[in-house]
Amino acid sequence: MEAIILQILNGLDKGSAYALIALGLTLIFGTLGVVNFAHGALFMLGAFVAVTMQRVLTLGFVPEGATGTSAGGFSFGTARETPYVEHWFGPEVGGTIIDWAVPISILVAIPVMALIGVAMERGLIRFFYKRPHADQILVTFGLAIVLQEIIKHYYGANPIPTPAPDVFVGSFDFGQVLGFDPYTIMYPYWRLVYFGFAAVVIGGVFAFLQFTTFGMVVRAGMADRETVGLLGIDIDKRFVVMFALAAIVAGMAGVMYTPILSPNYHMGMDFLVLSFVVVVVGGMGSLPGAVAAGFLLGILQSFASMTEVIELIPGINQVVIYLVAIIVLLTRPRGLMGRKGVMEE
Amino acid sequence: MLGLKKSDLRLYLIVLALLIFAPFLLNPFPDTSGLAQFNAGYPDLMQKLIIFGLFAVGFNILFGLTGYLSFGHAAFLGVGSYAGVWMFKLLTMNVVPALIVSTLTAGVFALLIGFISLRRSGIYFSILTLAFAQMSYSLAYSVLTPITGGETGLQLSLDDPRIIGISRTESGNIPVPHFFGLEMNSATTIDFGAWSFTFSAGYYFAAVIFAVAFFLTIRLFRSPFGLMLRAVKSNQSRMSYTGLNSRPYALAAFVISGMYAGLAGGLMVAMDPLAGAERMLWTASGEVVLMTILGGAGTLIGPVLGAGVIAYLESIISTINENVLHQWFGGLPDWAENTLVTVVEPFVGEGWHLTLGAVFMLVVIFLPGGIVQAGRLIARFFRRNRGEVGALSGEPERRPGE
Repeated sequence: MEAIILQILNGLDKGSAYALIALGLTLIFGTLGVVNFAHGALFMLGAFVAVTMQRVLTLGFVPEGATGTSAGGFSFGTARETPYVEHWFGPEVGGTIIDWAVPISILVAIPVMALIGVAMERGLIRFFYKRPHADQILVTFGLAIVLQEIIKHYYGANPIPTPAPDVFVGSFDFGQVLGFDPYTIMYPYWRLVYFGFAAVVIGGVFAFLQFTTFGMVVRAGMADRETVGLLGIDIDKRFVVMFALAAIVAGMAGVMYTPILSPNYHMGMDFLVLSFVVVVVGGMGSLPGAVAAGFLLGILQSFASMTEVIELIPGINQVVIYLVAIIVLLTRPRGLMGRKGVMEE
Repeated sequence: MLGLKKSDLRLYLIVLALLIFAPFLLNPFPDTSGLAQFNAGYPDLMQKLIIFGLFAVGFNILFGLTGYLSFGHAAFLGVGSYAGVWMFKLLTMNVVPALIVSTLTAGVFALLIGFISLRRSGIYFSILTLAFAQMSYSLAYSVLTPITGGETGLQLSLDDPRIIGISRTESGNIPVPHFFGLEMNSATTIDFGAWSFTFSAGYYFAAVIFAVAFFLTIRLFRSPFGLMLRAVKSNQSRMSYTGLNSRPYALAAFVISGMYAGLAGGLMVAMDPLAGAERMLWTASGEVVLMTILGGAGTLIGPVLGAGVIAYLESIISTINENVLHQWFGGLPDWAENTLVTVVEPFVGEGWHLTLGAVFMLVVIFLPGGIVQAGRLIARFFRRNRGEVGALSGEPERRPGE
């Protein structure tokens, strides 16, 4: 029992990331009808917003009169740089700000990702609405390569550790809460935060679509673009906003994921392949499907990584997601919650 | 001749000539000149050009003719490589059985994957093939380590049985892949003035294989079967209305193109008997898509051009570094030199992939027909200037059906 709960919990954080990326992919696909292979790159860019924020916040100067010991003209071990924020706000507040670099990055990531999203849609993707899906895949694939290579050029190829605030270091003892022995189900705090964050974002997106007029128009546009256009609504403008929203969701998912996985330039591609599988399993164009499939596959993957399961079927942890995708596509071609008439030429 | 139309025959003869004279053509700069780094006439690179050309030609049979975009084609290349190395390990270092077995293994593998993947079309097909390839990659990397060598890759060793051949040479080394005694790494160098041309046995062997494969491709393109595949691409529903089941045709194309990939994988290990899982990674699959598109999907010569350009640029651009750039722009005023170097520097050396991505985007955006389309546009432009509008320019645009 403990083992099962532990695996479900372990699957949640990965599942959250899959769900968030898949949600954005589906939003773009459902509204604009574009298959966006660069969505993983947006996730990665989000993660690097966090890295940049951390660097900006720790940007410092060496206080005057505190240069390190110098001997024979060479200076060894210069004095610790004082970050500007510590200088401005005092060591206490400044230290806290630096410590909370990742959550603070969220605030920066929203406008940055929105800008990137709009630039991407207006600058590139809108020219591809009328082109075949193969062209859309190819051009966004090219864009993904370009984006990740730019990041590689400026940040290097190695993963950059980006820690969570100290408060969230350590693990939460789930076992005790649920009445099991202590230390049986330990779960890192930050993963808990990530799951909560994902739930809030997903809830927010759904509420936005469900309870606002804007969201209603967008949903109508997803169902029948032409009719909405005939009613005198400029649906394209709203779809651009949805693209920006999808970029923000992917970016925030990336920012918050940095303490779990140190960001490197190809993390976007790694997640993208799986997120595509998630979208297909959930059903192309279905938002609840994408979210459900994201969590489902995340949890499934974590179950398949259990030693008992691996002993039974070696290698299953590597392939379970693809296997499920293949089975789902063959038995339920539209995915778990797919709508009729989406992507069926 | 050879059952080819006149224009096809001309194309084929040009390709043959290029293959034969490649060691000269790719070595236009004297060794002593500063431009020698742009020479491509050394065996490793020439073999690479041929092998990727073969891979892209095979991929084009599927993507160019039927329009099915496979994002997992590298898996077949990887399977072919593994099969080839196993033949070297178990049977003999002769490349013939290795090539046959790698082609057939890849074919069986493609039959299996194609049978399942082709139940769906469009983006679903792309994702299914991607899923299969990633699955093969993960398995090759982890569980199948006894067969694939896992992280280190599959290598030859001195203890391999090699039933027909020899386990080790008299000097105690691992034998070299050979074609009935002709060793693949043997080469003759001819010095001519400041030039030195290398003729490698491996290159010419690969070139012969490529020539045969390319001939088969032309025949396939012009056959009724090829026509049927184009029909699958342009309008599948109309085909089913006329009572034709298109899936066997698509599957046949898939298997054939998988076999080309397997053959390319076999050739790869024939030149360098080492197979690794990273050859199956989806970025490798993406690369062959890039080659085909860059050259021009659906055309005969396009994939060859695309593969050549990408393989050439990769090896040349990745050797350029900041010092070389400073040397190039050295004649300019300092401020111009530094600006140019700063602008160009991210695109060369390790930044080669950035160039690749950027070029690829530009091609997809502005030239969906690739290099071949560019050539046609230029040809048409000149013809129009000579006042022969309409005489020959009426060639229909080959746009993929939607």
